[in-house]
Amino acid sequence: MPALWIKNAHVIDPANRRNAPGDLFVDHGVMVDSLSAAAKKRAKVIDAAGLVACPGLVDIHVHFREPGQTHKETIKSGTHCAAAGGFTTVVCMPNTSPPAWTTGTIQYIQDVIARDAIVKVHPTGCITVDMKGETLAPIGSLAKAGVIAITDDGDCVQSNELMRRACEYAAMFDLPLMDHCQDHSMTVGAVMNEGAVSTRLGLKGWPNAAEDLIVSRNAILAAYTGAHIHLQHISSRNAVFIIRRAKDRGVKITAEATPHHLALTDDCIASYDPKFKMNPPLRTADDQAAIIEGLRDGTIDCIATDHAPHTDYEKDKEFDYAPNGILGLETSLAVTLGVLKRRHRFSLPKVIDLMTRKPADILKLPVGRLTAGAPGDVTLFDPDERWTYVADDGFSKSTNSPWDGEQLRGRVKTTIVDGRVVYHHGKILA
Amino acid sequence: MPWNRRHLLTLEELTVEEIDQIHTTAKAFKQILHRSVKKVPALRGKTIVNLFLEPSTRTRMAFEMAAKRLSADTITLDAKSSSTTKGESLRDTAQNIEALQADMIVVRHSAPGSPLYLSRILGIPVINAGDGAHEHPTQGLLDTFTMRERLGDDLRGRRVVILGDILYSRVARSNIHALIKLGADVTIVGPSTLVPRWFEPLGVTVSHNLKEALADAEVVMLLRIQHERQNAGMFPSLGEYTGMFGLNHTRASWLHPKAIIMHPGPINRGVEIDSELADGPHSVILEQVTNGIAVRMAVLYLCGGGQPEFVAPAD
Repeated sequence: MPALWIKNAHVIDPANRRNAPGDLFVDHGVMVDSLSAAAKKRAKVIDAAGLVACPGLVDIHVHFREPGQTHKETIKSGTHCAAAGGFTTVVCMPNTSPPAWTTGTIQYIQDVIARDAIVKVHPTGCITVDMKGETLAPIGSLAKAGVIAITDDGDCVQSNELMRRACEYAAMFDLPLMDHCQDHSMTVGAVMNEGAVSTRLGLKGWPNAAEDLIVSRNAILAAYTGAHIHLQHISSRNAVFIIRRAKDRGVKITAEATPHHLALTDDCIASYDPKFKMNPPLRTADDQAAIIEGLRDGTIDCIATDHAPHTDYEKDKEFDYAPNGILGLETSLAVTLGVLKRRHRFSLPKVIDLMTRKPADILKLPVGRLTAGAPGDVTLFDPDERWTYVADDGFSKSTNSPWDGEQLRGRVKTTIVDGRVVYHHGKILA
Repeated sequence: MPWNRRHLLTLEELTVEEIDQIHTTAKAFKQILHRSVKKVPALRGKTIVNLFLEPSTRTRMAFEMAAKRLSADTITLDAKSSSTTKGESLRDTAQNIEALQADMIVVRHSAPGSPLYLSRILGIPVINAGDGAHEHPTQGLLDTFTMRERLGDDLRGRRVVILGDILYSRVARSNIHALIKLGADVTIVGPSTLVPRWFEPLGVTVSHNLKEALADAEVVMLLRIQHERQNAGMFPSLGEYTGMFGLNHTRASWLHPKAIIMHPGPINRGVEIDSELADGPHSVILEQVTNGIAVRMAVLYLCGGGQPEFVAPAD
């Protein structure tokens, strides 16, 4: 494979405090500071004039539905979405069918990744057997099989005692736990945020307190056991305050927020459109403001999409009956730029940091930086280009996006994984 | 003013003029109900499908009767006989009904927003006969119609109290929207678990003090208290509910002397209301039922293409 020479880019690499025009070089799949004159001559050149070049984006929360629900998404189609969205590394959740709680299932996923994935995919395993929250999954064996974290995402472990033992046990393998913070006893039948909007619409509400309680629980257990707990898709204002206080005390917790919780509120549900139904639910402008402040001061560590494909016929239902979740990978960068950079004046390097180095560091992945010797994962994007996202023309097998048909600003042009161009100007090249 | 609304989905979206038009039309239809031949040919040749995906007795009967009084043909599909129990989606069920050349669909469904969903799929008028805890527009219309008959057309500034399980009540929501539009002074009262402050943005006063709420009110509307709410921890027991919020003679004496007592039914005698009060001179509970037919005739007639200046033909 010839070396790669990315010319005339505006390079932003937060890990190395780089934010200036320049060139990037990749040789044998890794970043290098320069190429020899001879290598330059043979190199594949990409002219990135007018574009930002940054580390390949990292998303530590996606659902690729394989095995078992491949009508919604596959590892192949999911990684195509990732590439189109500028993501070179993703972490997929284990709530597949069957849930990924055995080494056999993890091995199957690893085999499919080896065969079909065009970006880097890391599997996670379940915390409990069959994701039922009753007994511990074979966490040590899962670690050996290559999971990089354990989680019962979507089915938060309700027993405090079981979660405590999971923390203690996983810490032995230095394996982080990722938790979807939700007290189920407070969310029976709930379909959206509890508040004035749910009251008006007559929909069963889901109080912030259900999230806050488990966030507190996890902060307490992380402190008590020394395990690292990553708090998934924080949506509640009080949860941000709880995390901030815990982090001030040095507790080993990290947290993520989704682009949709930054951009949308429960007001969007006025017409009962299931495209706005997800778990955790869209909340209020107050919650949104707290999360954005949390991202600003580091209380919340990173952006993650919770990319959750469902087919049209599954989503096209009464709001009560439609499944939770929306697509995220192809719109994440544009939506996040819109909220954080353009509306809330975050610097571009800050936004990129939240989508590259920060999520990579949470799971100790050696990506998210353009340091010489790091993997040659690079994303080129135009931060200002306006474009219309049409889900039907996207790469997912599903189209359940609230941004379907919306004009967005900020567009990924080229995605490079280990020095190989996998996506360029609207086309998958892998 | 011509009627140009095809569906009746919520009272939240109606204008005062539209509510007035429905009430005026209902008044004309009500005359017919007292005749020996209780039928007009207004919707002759039309087929109305009542799609009741949640159990209902009174609303379903009233809709059927209203349709028959207008000479429409009706078919009623209930949850047990429909193929939704076999896993058919609401979209497929509705499209099949439309393909059978139905002219209008009346839908009762436990899922809020489902009538709106249907109205977007179907080319025929959709009438909401109750969607979960969201709205029950014809009930709100018949309740305000009844209040206007008793209190006079102008409800501005009139004190109306809605008492009971507001949180889960579509009747409460539809009444709140209609009453606020008509200018009434609305207080909702009951235990704090069932009457949350989230209702305030709708323009009502939220109270947990029954004596203050009932003082001098001209209308008190009671809502059915369901045993299941007790299991969900919303209140300790039906006995305690009755003790704290049940309407009895003493509490009724706090009302305006000419106050009316309303209830959408079915009533739990001895729980939310003393049995004697339900049958007493202040009660308009059975009038509500009769008015329910007239109001639903008006709704079916207007959404089916009729115009508000309907005049009952000579007997």
